[in-house]
Amino acid sequence: MPNILVVEDSPTMRQLISFAMKRIPNSKVIEATDGVDGLKKLSSEKIDLILCDINMPVMDGLKLVSLARGNPSYKDIPIIMITTEGAEEDKKKALAIGASAYLTKPIQTQELIKLVNGFINTPH
Amino acid sequence: MEREANIGKKADEFLQIFRKGEEFTQELLKENERLRFRVAQLEEAVGRSGDETRIKLYEDRIKATEDELNSLKERYKQVEEENKDFAARYVEVEDENNNLANLYVASYQLHSTLDFNEVLKIVLEIVINLIGAERFAVILMEDKTNELVPVATEGMSLSDVPKVKFGEGIIGTAAKEGESYFSDNIRSRGNASNGQPVVCIPLKIKEHVIGVIAIYSLLIQKEKFTNVDYELFNLLAGHAATAIFSSRLYTQSERKLTTIQSFLDLLKEKPRR
Repeated sequence: MPNILVVEDSPTMRQLISFAMKRIPNSKVIEATDGVDGLKKLSSEKIDLILCDINMPVMDGLKLVSLARGNPSYKDIPIIMITTEGAEEDKKKALAIGASAYLTKPIQTQELIKLVNGFINTPH
Repeated sequence: MEREANIGKKADEFLQIFRKGEEFTQELLKENERLRFRVAQLEEAVGRSGDETRIKLYEDRIKATEDELNSLKERYKQVEEENKDFAARYVEVEDENNNLANLYVASYQLHSTLDFNEVLKIVLEIVINLIGAERFAVILMEDKTNELVPVATEGMSLSDVPKVKFGEGIIGTAAKEGESYFSDNIRSRGNASNGQPVVCIPLKIKEHVIGVIAIYSLLIQKEKFTNVDYELFNLLAGHAATAIFSSRLYTQSERKLTTIQSFLDLLKEKPRR
């Protein structure tokens, strides 16, 4: 049963992503509203995959990724960035600090599900 | 002498009988040989006729199998075609499901609160995250002044968006006529100060326009509008309008209620001596 952490400040996007994740068999979605909340959930739950926005209050997604990658307990968890930032340099930056994949908004649900399935079904 | 003659006669008779027996035996042997040959011929004929029957049987079976194979191939083709149709239909249904999920979430969020500022925030979220707009404004109708006044923006400040007279320019016309406006080139960058959006969606309650959403540019990755975008525009035109209108009324009535309550409290206070 994969536990998917959705770190996103927009309630609309959180609900939309949670809806999409219902299509992943037996998955459980845990929601966090910013980077700090995401880290809290990461330490209190067993997380198999993280879907993370970049622009968030309190702590942004890039900071969350770099902190997660610096922690041996979370360094192997796949992190998919979901953001409005569509520039190539933003993508390169996110991948360089340890994001596993990069999706731009508005998201294509099918594409997201395919990507998540790919990470969940691949041993890491 | 006579005895010898008898013996000779008997010997001749015996010899004749013996010869006849020999001839008879020879004939029997020949007949036997002929019959054996005939039997062999018949056996061969019988064997040959069995092979032919079997070959005929096999040929019939091969033909039946070939017919069956062709029919199966035909059925396979049909099933393959059906599968392709099903796969295409499945993709369509999936897309439709996703679109419905987007519309459901947008509608659910719009009606999740009666706080005017929260509703505006949700409208902004929907336009950024679900439509993919970079710079845009929510501009509402001010009935007293007959002007369209910006109340929320994204990617720019409120001061970048001037007030617009009802019926004037792209925004004013969209508000007056209640018809959405789409620029020929939606990838271009609209100009907020000149009142030139790339998209303008009137917010309507039935035929009454309460404002517009003016989009001035789209996110870099947003290349074109899809069906779901137009559905979202329709949804925003109706649901965002009612959500904004009702939340504004609710906020105003809350404010009035607080004022009246304070006033009543003042009246209820005992006069100081």
